[in-house]
Amino acid sequence: MQKVFERPKALSDKKMHYCPGCTHGIVHRLVAEAIDHFGLQEKTIGVAPVGCAVLAYEYFNLDFQEAAHGRAPAVATGIKRVLPESVVFTYQGDGDLASIGLAEIVHAATRGEKITVIFINNAIYGMTGGQMAPTTLPGQKTTTSPYGRDTSRVGFPIRVCELLNTLDGPAYLARVSMHDPKNVLQAGKAIKKAFQVQLEGKGFSLVEVLSSCPTNWGMTPNQALKWVEEKMVPYYPLGVFRTPEEVSSCDA
Amino acid sequence: MITQDKLKAEDFVARTGNEAVAEAMRQINPDVVAAYPITPATEIVQIFSGFLADGLVDTEFITVESEHSAMSACIGASAAGARVMTATSSQGLSLMAEVLYIASGLRCPIVLAEVNRALSAPINIHCDHSDTMAVRDSGWIQIYAENAQEAYDNLIQAVRIAEDQEVKLPVMVCMDGFIISHGLEVVRLLKDVQVQRFVGPNKPAYSLLDVEYPITVGALDFTDFYFEHRRQIAEAMEKAKTVICKVGEEFGVEFGRSYGFFEGYKMEDAEYGVIAMGSTAGTAKVAVDELRKKGMRAGLLKLRVFRPFPVTELINATKGLKAMAVLDRADTLSTNGGPLFQEVCTALYAEDHRPKINNYIYGLGGRDITPFDLEKVYQELPKLAAGEEKAKPRYLGVRE
Repeated sequence: MQKVFERPKALSDKKMHYCPGCTHGIVHRLVAEAIDHFGLQEKTIGVAPVGCAVLAYEYFNLDFQEAAHGRAPAVATGIKRVLPESVVFTYQGDGDLASIGLAEIVHAATRGEKITVIFINNAIYGMTGGQMAPTTLPGQKTTTSPYGRDTSRVGFPIRVCELLNTLDGPAYLARVSMHDPKNVLQAGKAIKKAFQVQLEGKGFSLVEVLSSCPTNWGMTPNQALKWVEEKMVPYYPLGVFRTPEEVSSCDA
Repeated sequence: MITQDKLKAEDFVARTGNEAVAEAMRQINPDVVAAYPITPATEIVQIFSGFLADGLVDTEFITVESEHSAMSACIGASAAGARVMTATSSQGLSLMAEVLYIASGLRCPIVLAEVNRALSAPINIHCDHSDTMAVRDSGWIQIYAENAQEAYDNLIQAVRIAEDQEVKLPVMVCMDGFIISHGLEVVRLLKDVQVQRFVGPNKPAYSLLDVEYPITVGALDFTDFYFEHRRQIAEAMEKAKTVICKVGEEFGVEFGRSYGFFEGYKMEDAEYGVIAMGSTAGTAKVAVDELRKKGMRAGLLKLRVFRPFPVTELINATKGLKAMAVLDRADTLSTNGGPLFQEVCTALYAEDHRPKINNYIYGLGGRDITPFDLEKVYQELPKLAAGEEKAKPRYLGVRE
């Protein structure tokens, strides 16, 4: 009988610790599928963040390095410069990338480091228990904004793709979402593209993945996916912000 | 003085260390709190932000993007004349390190609730004292708690100590991660009015934007005066010793719980002693009781204040001992013992009669320590006193 579906080789069989309904598991799978697709398992190195995905190294059959909070793009830069033939990616959440590590991601992007960044945006600090993040939507309730994010007091969310799109350094920037199967498939394509950009030596690539956090949002998994679609997508519009073709057309 | 018979049942509540510290922060009602979440300290500021949302405090709460920015915002707020607090742990404290020196150098009386946790790498979220020991020379006063009650009491006293005109130094109030921060204990809380009266108003001598007396904070200071300014911090640390004792005694008079540099447990006639910091002191008390039953004159010296280091008081407290073990929940990796061991040896070196001293590094990354482990430590001491054992730093409870 023909096997039509199997676990990607780049994904370990370790049971994941993520909460029920969390989309980290899906994104892990998409990353592993992309690595399998290009046959990169023997040449890929991952950099794990601090946050819910701190144990990402357990879930991939790949070499991994754990970075200090927010410093994954700088650590990945070091790895890639020493092993330029390898494929290096970071896997970071919004607390890691958009908050404590904002300087690192901006500078890795503007230097055009030939690394791939998978950026999970779930609009909250998940691992520490649901505090307000830089990506928390206006009015969104968190443990540190129990009556909703008050923008007059704490300011506005950061749109990472748009922010990085002001730089000349990045080669590929895309935002995708996990809220339904169609979008999951599109996310898979974007993640493949991001690795392809690195493989072809075209430069820095980042895919921002809008994800749900049912536990800290206080919702069921289905409600949370609906919230991603109805609340997050309007604030964080999906799409490809930059592709290598655009870069070369800018250069011309 | 409040006596036991005056205590009411409602004075006793169940609180974790984090909850007790957050409660103290609510009662102190600081002008500014700037913080970034980190396990296991996250809860302190999270609970506090709930108080803010419920209108129970008047604090300006700044949700910054990192601990480096948290401490920087604290310094700005403190220089502007505010009473400022924050909380952190481990990597967060390390990330603050650059700015910790600036806080003490600028004489900003900031109070920081520190939940002790191991440092990376390998990454670990559990208790040891590596984080605070790494910044022991940053010019911050460091006070350690044995339990949630002491963490609560220490935080309230820290405000008075930090803001004392003779001191004007930041204070780190340390408690063991998870063991104290997340352990539920019976705590006796003070009334809001008692706390507010005890801490009193903040009276900064100099602050920004006094148009009559314009100032610059943190100006360049080269070969001409830098040395004098650093010397003044050392002087303030010396003066802090008197203030720490005064505030601890006054706290005792007001609320029935006195504090000094040490708590001696069965030290009066002790021949063999252990010196330890934090929650391990509680464990050691159990070992002392067991050893006393077996006939050993064992005692415990719990060190509460690590910075400034109470040299004279240590000499006095250890006079009667034949041998003592210094327990370090951090390693200097110098191959010359833990940080507390080095302090204790330095403090006692000039004494003609001093106990033989051994050093144990234990509990890194949250490795548990039991009364049985501590009994073994005590049982080594007679051999050390008799010269049968050579003193050398050793590791307790590790796979070798």
